[in-house]
Amino acid sequence: MKFGIIQFPGSNCDLDKLWVLQDVLKQEARYLWHKDTDIGDLDCIVVPGGFSYGDYLRTGSIARFSPVMKAVADHAAKGKLVIGICNGFQILCEAGLLPGALLRNRSLQFRCEHIFLRIETTKSPFTNAARASQIIRVPVAHGEGCYFADPATIEELKKNDQILFRYVDADGKVVDTASPNGSVENIAGICNKARNVCGMMPHPERASENALGSADGRVVFESILNHLRGSKPQ
Amino acid sequence: MTDPKITPEIIAKHGITPEEFERIKGVLGREPNFTELGIFSVMWSEHCSYKNSKPVLKTFPTKGPQILVGAGEENAGVTDIGDGWAISFKIESHNHPSAVEPFQGAATGVGGILRDIFTMGARPILNMNSLRFGPIDGDDETARRNKRLFAGVVGGIAHYGNCVGVPTVGGEVYFDESYEGNPLLNALCLGLLRHEQIARGAAKGTGNPVFYVGPATGRDGLAGAAFASRELTEESHEDRPAVQVGDPFMEKLVLEAVLELLQTDAVVGIQDMGAAGLTCSTCETASRAGTGIEIDLAKVPQREPGMTPYEIMLSESQERMLVIVQKGREAEVQRIFDKWDLPWAEIGFVTDTGLMRVKNHGKVVAEIPAAKLANDAPVYYREAKEPSYFAKTRAWKITELPPLSDPQKILPELLASPSVASKNWVYRQYDHMVQTRTVVCPGSDAAVVRLKLSSPPAKDRYLAITTDCNGTYCYLDPKTGGAIAVAEAARNIVCSGGRPLASTDNLNFGNPMKPEIFYQVRESAKGITEGCNTFNAPITGGNVSFYNESPTGAIDPTPVIGMVGLIDDAAHITTQWFKNQGDAIILAGNAVDTADPYLGLGGSEYAKRIHHVKAGLPPRIDLPTEKKLQDAVLALIRAGKIKSAHDCSEGGIAVTLAESCISKHPGRNKAELIGAKVDLSAFASGTRLDALLFGEAQSRIVLSVAKENADAVVAQLKSQGVPAAVIGAVGGDALEIKAGSVACKWNVADLYDGWWYSIARKMA
Repeated sequence: MKFGIIQFPGSNCDLDKLWVLQDVLKQEARYLWHKDTDIGDLDCIVVPGGFSYGDYLRTGSIARFSPVMKAVADHAAKGKLVIGICNGFQILCEAGLLPGALLRNRSLQFRCEHIFLRIETTKSPFTNAARASQIIRVPVAHGEGCYFADPATIEELKKNDQILFRYVDADGKVVDTASPNGSVENIAGICNKARNVCGMMPHPERASENALGSADGRVVFESILNHLRGSKPQ
Repeated sequence: MTDPKITPEIIAKHGITPEEFERIKGVLGREPNFTELGIFSVMWSEHCSYKNSKPVLKTFPTKGPQILVGAGEENAGVTDIGDGWAISFKIESHNHPSAVEPFQGAATGVGGILRDIFTMGARPILNMNSLRFGPIDGDDETARRNKRLFAGVVGGIAHYGNCVGVPTVGGEVYFDESYEGNPLLNALCLGLLRHEQIARGAAKGTGNPVFYVGPATGRDGLAGAAFASRELTEESHEDRPAVQVGDPFMEKLVLEAVLELLQTDAVVGIQDMGAAGLTCSTCETASRAGTGIEIDLAKVPQREPGMTPYEIMLSESQERMLVIVQKGREAEVQRIFDKWDLPWAEIGFVTDTGLMRVKNHGKVVAEIPAAKLANDAPVYYREAKEPSYFAKTRAWKITELPPLSDPQKILPELLASPSVASKNWVYRQYDHMVQTRTVVCPGSDAAVVRLKLSSPPAKDRYLAITTDCNGTYCYLDPKTGGAIAVAEAARNIVCSGGRPLASTDNLNFGNPMKPEIFYQVRESAKGITEGCNTFNAPITGGNVSFYNESPTGAIDPTPVIGMVGLIDDAAHITTQWFKNQGDAIILAGNAVDTADPYLGLGGSEYAKRIHHVKAGLPPRIDLPTEKKLQDAVLALIRAGKIKSAHDCSEGGIAVTLAESCISKHPGRNKAELIGAKVDLSAFASGTRLDALLFGEAQSRIVLSVAKENADAVVAQLKSQGVPAAVIGAVGGDALEIKAGSVACKWNVADLYDGWWYSIARKMA
């Protein structure tokens, strides 16, 4: 499978994405410069974490205008896969590829810690390898991860089964204190209505090897591979 | 605009003594003009020239087969880690800026040390820091100010490090009255590189062009190096313009561009514009190469019109680099700068004159022999005198401490003391996992990172890293304190499964012109030297920060040691928390040091926190004993016999045991607590209970091992000459400690609550 990892000026999880895809999962992966537009050969675009363009304005608000994002929109419109992680989620929301927005954490502090996520649906290219309601332990690291959308949008997300991950406590319960940022309904990750674009604040690539204390996040990448294998002629 | 006349007042304002002014005239063969005076003032400040500390720094062990680039040769040292790989690391202070503008002061401190490391050609893979503040207990005006400084510094470190994408994997934070008004921020960065990638800061090759890259030069940070070389006063806030403003996004671009640039062989020399900015980078690169350098300031990108040569040369605007390029290769370099959208300019060229010649629109505004400017600052052998406060601190007797009657309530109090309490309020604000290297996160004795030298599932290698210093120990006896800083750093590395490799030092002291302060400097250095020699961890570079004095006096002497160790195999990585029910707990080392007149209570957290006493002598350290302990424990770890290892430090055995029960924290609001049942009665007769539970005798490690291995581990330790005994077993939901007729029992959930949330509650 061929993955493309976008590098905006200020991206800083690009190396980690390449490592997990190429070195851990042994997939073909390459970087895409933010000025690239030729991405037609790729199966899945990864929008990585970091501080694109410094994020001194609103996170993701400048990155959405970069040339590569036009190509990403076209790629998504064809039904191909896009996953945005952390800053990538923020950018995909700003670009209108996902509904809602990410606000500053309610604590007004950056938060980096392992949190617990519950897989809310296995019916997506990003979660199909998980068990229903599986609890996974992965890190977050963000200052602006508080997911927000108006009530109508939230209802829409629920109705269409677009909520992929929720912050839960270690026992799997959705409680306020489980969320590191104060997201609406503890939402940690969603997909679009067509289910081919995913955004999530937690970092599955930081929990894909036992050496790092948790390989729980690997299920996200394995789901993508499952999906791509299933959709490609063998 | 005409330059001011050089008067004795102007000279004094630049911190230049009349003797130094004569020396400057000798170098130039004439009087300096205003710009030249400014240039000398920053280059000959303590911050850049180490004029007061050189005689001391010279005594440090800096050599070893592992050292590829030694201390003082370049922007940072380089240490071999085998297989053609190397690490470059250094610690540096940004104390004065953090005192007047904590957020930006700390942020730019991180930025500066990052540049020192990637300038060497190394990709930064981790940051650490060592912080000191005044107490944050209570809500009076002083406490509120201390909290504001603490929150600002932590926020600034997070802001910069998180954005650049270098994980802040650990550090230390202490609170003590002596840091009120003069907090300390020491930032450490470590980078990874191949031997052949080592870059040099030398302006070689006559005619080679000199490039400036990075944001435009502004009036910010004017003469920050000189500012850092003065005491802080009531008026120091007026120096706020000497504090720079950091732009971590720009730093990230410069970092990536520089590393890409160094992959080509178009670069001859490179240096960051840190302290003393353009001045320091031009004269030092020329001096190292034995060449000269000529630049024209009109070509330097400028943020505002009307800047004088003096201002441009002394500006400390951040994220700027000086790059000397092979002639004919300019286009390649420009292409990389343009790719990263970085401002750049060709500002001059290398000459063979030995002069640093600075022009402005073609007119010479400064002309100084580069090597003399860089290297010929006066060196002062300051007078040292034993501090008079010793008479008072050493008159104190341990018998003045009331006997301990109720340890039950003391342990929770010590665990909640901000210097001992969990620092999660701090490290959860730092991205400590980016780059997916962090194997042991903050919260154990040392951080452990993997090097990712090969793709999994191939075998990888690991580094353990720690920073340590107990300022109170150094205050009571600087030499012992210096030795303990090194010993404890090495002990933390060993407890994590590593063998010490190399060290970096950050010497934070008051005004060295005062003989009693210089005594502290000299004696601490002796202790550090003996320590580094014992553990084969030479100093690879570091930083000196003097004049850490506020109107209330000097800080406690704080020579911070950063130490790196190598771990050869993932199986050796060891953490501090207890693992399994039924495991045996072993104390390696003597429970109480009977040769210490203060039984380990002098300068202890117990004496300070509970009895408000900062007196006596610090715990004794016998380096050969410490070395024996560390070698024996490391051998056992490498043999796979040890499940947890935790060094005994602040708070003594009781705090160490408690931490081993409560510090495993797999995720948000999820701690894995486990109790322990310990009997110290065998050591209780003939000593004080407070010394046994809370004394800070050195050379002790608390281990846990599988029950069936306990006897063999004890025997093995004893055969190496290390006292050892099984003192209890892991299990249950309480920590129980018995010592003769005294028995205490604490619910681990309660201990955890007070320890984990203490700082957050104080900061709320």
